[in-house]
Amino acid sequence: MSVENSHQEDSANQLIVSSSPHILSNDSTQKIMWTVVAALMPAVIFAVYYFGVPAFRTLLAGSLSALIFEALVQKIRKKRVTVSDGSALLCGLLLAMCLPPAVPLFVPIIGSFIAIVIAKHSMGGLGQNIFNPAHIGRAALMVSWPVAMTTWTKMPSVIDTVTSATPLNILKQQGYEALIQTFGSQSDMYTALFLGFRNGSIGETSVLLLVIGGIILIYKRYIDWVAPVFMIGTVGILTWAFGGSNGLFSGDPLFHMMAGGLVIGAFFMITDYVTTPITRKGKIIFAVGAGAITVLIRLLGGYPEGVCYSILLMNCVTPLIDRFIQPAQYGRK
Amino acid sequence: MEFWKIFSKGLILENPILVLALSLCPALAVTSSISTALTMGLTVTFVITTNNVVVSLIRKLVNPKVRVPIYIISIATIVTVAGLLLQAYFPLLYKDLGIYLELVVVFAIILARAEVFASKNNVVRSFMDGFGMGCGFIIAMLIIGVIRELIGTGSLLGVNLLGASYPPALIMILPPGAFILIGYLVALFKLIVKYWEKRQKVREEAVS
Repeated sequence: MSVENSHQEDSANQLIVSSSPHILSNDSTQKIMWTVVAALMPAVIFAVYYFGVPAFRTLLAGSLSALIFEALVQKIRKKRVTVSDGSALLCGLLLAMCLPPAVPLFVPIIGSFIAIVIAKHSMGGLGQNIFNPAHIGRAALMVSWPVAMTTWTKMPSVIDTVTSATPLNILKQQGYEALIQTFGSQSDMYTALFLGFRNGSIGETSVLLLVIGGIILIYKRYIDWVAPVFMIGTVGILTWAFGGSNGLFSGDPLFHMMAGGLVIGAFFMITDYVTTPITRKGKIIFAVGAGAITVLIRLLGGYPEGVCYSILLMNCVTPLIDRFIQPAQYGRK
Repeated sequence: MEFWKIFSKGLILENPILVLALSLCPALAVTSSISTALTMGLTVTFVITTNNVVVSLIRKLVNPKVRVPIYIISIATIVTVAGLLLQAYFPLLYKDLGIYLELVVVFAIILARAEVFASKNNVVRSFMDGFGMGCGFIIAMLIIGVIRELIGTGSLLGVNLLGASYPPALIMILPPGAFILIGYLVALFKLIVKYWEKRQKVREEAVS
């Protein structure tokens, strides 16, 4: 038996010599991924209830095709098939949650293909990808089929699909007064956004349920609270300062913090282990940067929403952040 | 046999775009349809072949210290000729290529072949080298052009092939699609070259 073989087979009984840290936790990749999926479930169930069958179909197509592509690629690459660890399912689910509910069925499937095959496995598989696969999928779909990706059906769903704009779309095209009018009053608008009764992607509905999922993950210590807090906080402060039409500090931070994909992005996307910095300081830089770019795109850019692109842009600088923010070695300053 | 070797290495094993990775700029910019890809390929073949011949002819007269400016002047002259010809006979294609036609002057592959091959070899060998590299360039441009036009518009040369119900993936006719596609094609050619070298080794061992 060659050395290599014996090494692989007996690794469980071997004394492992490695550099620090030596503390082992019981949390495997599998356990963490399935917990994140579970934390998304309240928002998913609400979206299916609110948007109806189209949303269910999109979510199912996205997650299932992600699992199938993952298994296929791992077979082709002659790697162990690790579909059961939940990472592919999570990726497909997050991708589907970034899509409009009644999108044509091929869109989530091709999106999963781009996310799993191009963005994840071409870079080397789980743990090697530079960019958030779900957001690469969404960005590619947005470029490829811009019309399908921005056709929002008015809810509750009826047989004749009626299209209508998302709150951020209305803000971009018609201004703040028109936005308030569509909801009735300002407080009605906040309630609708908070509870999730609004148009938009499957995953940008209920702030309440997404935050509950996020808090579960923070409580379990799977994600660090600084990332979501700093990202949402940055968006709030910057939109408060620059978002209004009557000079400085006349914007509506509450609306901007609850609108669009910010909440799901801040709790579930920028807390991804692979594509974001390791240290807490690094996470803060990442979150503030992502929030600032989001505000830039929302207020000055061509698109109404910028969470996806801001996270992808910050993914580019993650290695740089990690290089500059290194924790001090023990005993040194 | 020797000429065939010089000619054929540019086709796959030293393909200018997909293996040498020189002149990626036109491979990204003008491959969104087959017609522009082919026009650019033919133009570059013409320029690279003629320039190799010219450089090979004057290789003993040129002082090595000023060789690069002289090569560039030669390339620029030939590109101007090609540009005027296109403008006169194919004005629409000339318009489609736009600025990229003038940019042929600074394509790395042309200067590279002049520098590493034509300046050290005789006229016939230099001609074969330039022509082979040009054909490799055309092959790569056509592969990229066919895939991009087919997926990005659902048609080839303006003829709809995939039916009206096919939703064209716009990403393929935009720059990001070209980057992704070229990445995968480079990987594919690496595989081919690797396989070829392995076969070659087995053959040599069998001979010896």
